[in-house]
Amino acid sequence: MIKSLKVLQNPLANSSYQLDILEHNSTQKHTSFKEKVADIGMFPLLASGVDIFQVNMGKMCNQVCKHCHVDAGPDRKEIMTQDTMQLCLNVLAKSPIKIVDLTGGAPELNPDFRWFVEQIKALGKHIIVRCNLTIILANKRFHDLPEFFKRHQIEVVSSLPSFTQDRTDKQRGDGVFDDSIKALQMLNAVGYGMADTGLTLNLVYNPAGAFLPPSQDALEKEYKFELMKNYNISFNNLFAITNMPISRYLDYLLTTGNYDNYLEKLIGAFNPAAVKNVMCRNTISVGWDGYLYDCDFNQMLDLKVIPNTSQHIADFDLSLLQNREIILKQHCYGCTAGAGSSCGGAVAE
Amino acid sequence: MADHYYNAEDLGKFGNIGEYQKDMADKFFSYYGEVFKDGALTAKEKSLIALAVAHAVQCPYCIDAYSSDAYEKGFSEAQMMEAVHVASAIKGGAVLVHGVQMMNKVKKISM
Repeated sequence: MIKSLKVLQNPLANSSYQLDILEHNSTQKHTSFKEKVADIGMFPLLASGVDIFQVNMGKMCNQVCKHCHVDAGPDRKEIMTQDTMQLCLNVLAKSPIKIVDLTGGAPELNPDFRWFVEQIKALGKHIIVRCNLTIILANKRFHDLPEFFKRHQIEVVSSLPSFTQDRTDKQRGDGVFDDSIKALQMLNAVGYGMADTGLTLNLVYNPAGAFLPPSQDALEKEYKFELMKNYNISFNNLFAITNMPISRYLDYLLTTGNYDNYLEKLIGAFNPAAVKNVMCRNTISVGWDGYLYDCDFNQMLDLKVIPNTSQHIADFDLSLLQNREIILKQHCYGCTAGAGSSCGGAVAE
Repeated sequence: MADHYYNAEDLGKFGNIGEYQKDMADKFFSYYGEVFKDGALTAKEKSLIALAVAHAVQCPYCIDAYSSDAYEKGFSEAQMMEAVHVASAIKGGAVLVHGVQMMNKVKKISM
């Protein structure tokens, strides 16, 4: 099993080192993202509200994907405690936020995952779970996850970087494709992704290499056709997500000599229309230890939100956070390239 | 001026040809963009045709561009190599079919 950058003591496990590379390590001078945003009159970029409460429940994962921006894996021990979850619940109980997005690592590996889901549902919130699919087959105790998701009307969002085995396994590890297909069939069997069930199953495509996603619409049609033809699998929507040049994907870009070209691609594809809808503008991201960030990527770079009196869930102040200034760095080009990219896929026409 | 004819960085400067003749360049790039849109053929299918043609015309810029584009659009390595074989077969066939012309000539002048 591949180890995480942290366990390998790779310098890229250090967020300051990553930021330094993004700002300075290039053969060419790249326009800063802040300047690009200023050029279109949107700097400082402000949040438009807090509609989505994204919780990273821990960095532990049963997979070690080559592109993972979390540097997640079985060797990562950082995990959210029930005390921190309770602080999240206290905030949710008092706020109008309607959507809670659970991610990781594999969020299901958190021992209090099911308790947390039940408490959030009791508050009447809609829950999205970013399920890596293979967790459902990883151990007998997870085999009932499709039923559990169904019982709580959870929206499931799952990564499948290709409808072919070679590309999926190259990115996510040997055997991941076969297990993902079995897991999707289990989700379909309880009604996920099927017509008229109201059980939403969305898939995520991200490139297995140093390139940008193709058209989300064209890809969705192809995925639907191929997955139905070959495996009798149905799903609702496909989200095409751009790989962010941080953490393990940054390591891949640097070690394969693709870094400069990739950054140039991202910058060359900068789309002003995507800036307006970037996910950080209506999301707050909560780390496993309760600290608050503009997005999951800023979380991994340890860039806490700007309002310094509301940087932890214990001090959550919606009035300060809902129109906060977003922290922008060079990696943000990943969310504004082409049709844009977010946890919900493309953001611009 | 470089001391060699091809430079990978020049691909990114393709748009600069408009500096010397803007109207024609604008028309060409507009036409080019239209050609590669989804139509009776999908943009993905057109990308694989472009890859094969790029090899047939032996344009290093086009091979660079359409190797990336075809892979990005989801073609497998095997599919892309088969497309190159199609180009090769057509080019090879184009050479060999002229062998008939050679045979005709030889038959005419020989006893």
